[in-house]
Amino acid sequence: MDLENQKRVKDFAEKYGAENLVVILGAAEGEAAGLAAETVTAGDPTFAGPLTGVQLGLSVYHCCEPQFKEAVDEDIYEDQIGMMEMVLDLDEIIEEMTDIRDEFCKYC
Amino acid sequence: MKYPVINSASYILVNTPDMVVHNGTTQTMEKLSNPDSEYIKKVPSHIRKYDEVLNYIPNQVYIGNLTPSDLKNKKLPWCNIDSKSKERFGKFGEIMPQDEFIGLLKISDSFNLVLLENSFSSNIMKKLSKHPLLGKNIAETKDGVDIELINKEINENGAEALYDNNKVIGCVKKAHDVDVNLTSHIMFENLVVKASGFLAFKHLINNTDKEVEDIDYVIECSEEACGDMNQRGGGNFAKSIAELSGANNATGSDTRGFCAAPTHALIQAAALVKSGVYKNVVIVAGGATAKLGMNGKDHVKKGLPILEDVLGGFAVLISENDGINPIIRTDLIGRHTVGTGSSPQAVITSLITLPLDKANMKITDIDKYSVEMQNPDITKPAGAGDVPTSNYKMIGALGVKRGDIERKELLNFVTNHGMPGWAPTQGHIPSGVPYLGFAIDDLTIGNLNRAMIVGKGSLFLGRMTNLFDGVSVVVERNKGSIEEEKSISKNEIKSMIAEAMKDFGNHLIND
Repeated sequence: MDLENQKRVKDFAEKYGAENLVVILGAAEGEAAGLAAETVTAGDPTFAGPLTGVQLGLSVYHCCEPQFKEAVDEDIYEDQIGMMEMVLDLDEIIEEMTDIRDEFCKYC
Repeated sequence: MKYPVINSASYILVNTPDMVVHNGTTQTMEKLSNPDSEYIKKVPSHIRKYDEVLNYIPNQVYIGNLTPSDLKNKKLPWCNIDSKSKERFGKFGEIMPQDEFIGLLKISDSFNLVLLENSFSSNIMKKLSKHPLLGKNIAETKDGVDIELINKEINENGAEALYDNNKVIGCVKKAHDVDVNLTSHIMFENLVVKASGFLAFKHLINNTDKEVEDIDYVIECSEEACGDMNQRGGGNFAKSIAELSGANNATGSDTRGFCAAPTHALIQAAALVKSGVYKNVVIVAGGATAKLGMNGKDHVKKGLPILEDVLGGFAVLISENDGINPIIRTDLIGRHTVGTGSSPQAVITSLITLPLDKANMKITDIDKYSVEMQNPDITKPAGAGDVPTSNYKMIGALGVKRGDIERKELLNFVTNHGMPGWAPTQGHIPSGVPYLGFAIDDLTIGNLNRAMIVGKGSLFLGRMTNLFDGVSVVVERNKGSIEEEKSISKNEIKSMIAEAMKDFGNHLIND
């Protein structure tokens, strides 16, 4: 995850409280989504950014996962994400995200 | 309508093994933050030799010895496959070794900032004097210096060391005592852009039927900035490259837009030629040392060589319609505007379908889409996926939403209208333009009629805006401008005769 984004997530968690924060990812690959999810839950696995060793355990979802899809307006979802849903390997993404949440998420 | 044409194109790579280690930001940042890291220790054993860089299919495609179709159905990793072409020189350009390129840095240096050690300098200038396109430039090169002076400049005056075979053989001095924009590091990066852009320019002139004196204007579109503390990006790489190339009748300027800049430059060049302001405009870009080994950590982790071991460069000549070469449809431009929005759907609509709608075309009316043609051998092990394929899937998915293709045809669309990526991940280098060289053949002697060049850029990296950017343009087989004009005038004559006959008939009836 981009170092600047790590810093933003960390700052938000301090400002609003980790239990009040949900991170929505838009990564195009399961592996990339998993890495980002790991970063905001268990800490930066690349040991490069501000979240190195910081276990925030945030709630984290990919924008194509059903939990997010069911929570937002259907028309807007179709307009903004419908095309990408057709393109992405959803099974791979959902599997990665579920694994990370099960292991590291403190608030899901 | 008389459209401008793509007259010719050139593509060059420079293999820079020592610059991967000493100048790529992934490696320099790691050395700063974690000097004893396992990664830094492992890097040298993952650096490819020059022969291996030549024996790499994507590199041979880039310089035109092979075509993108030679990568079709080849399983990753491509770095383990023997290439049927292993040549240094190709139809579009060459893959230059590092030692000669360091000589080229010296040739590109107008302010005596590059110092080369005596024996290295004389060897390399001898080698370069045999280069088919560079012989003339060697005569103007100054002699080398003692290694003691180089070491002194590095150790006492902050010069950037130049390495070959893990040995210091020269340096780039800072250009000012205190100016942060003229440090040795920045001067080195900028001289690399100039030298690699110059090499691409030389090959372009070699590939075209035009003379270098015919060039009126040059647009440089890489990602670096040259200037001093009072004007960080004042410029002008374009004119410096034109000067070195002997384009005495040209002036120029630099266009920036992250990875989208080459396609912006292509559209600007086409507009300048179409409007008649200039007859021959070159777009050119050099390479970026900062991006060498950018995904090195992932490559090393997965037991692969560090595949980002080349600098990229290209040049394209846009000229007046010659009736032969592919035309640039300046009326079919896509653009991501401020109001477009950032969802992939909005981006693809603005870049792909808006220009097609202007011409009542379907997504399938474009034979080939040239998007971000990044080599997946580099990006996939780094978790960034296969970028061209993802783009083709998105374009296809939009086609399904528009009803241009059936959903079950999506994968066929990717195969038939896309290409495997072959360009190095040098930011602006893979973005849209790598296909222009092949497009000249495909749209003249080949069997394609239409291609779309798409450039996209991540502006947020500059921290001035969160916006994304992109532009696109359609290129088409030339139907022959002269014939086009004749047929227009024939039609005009026909309609004038018809009008006259109608008038005559009316007269007879009235009489």
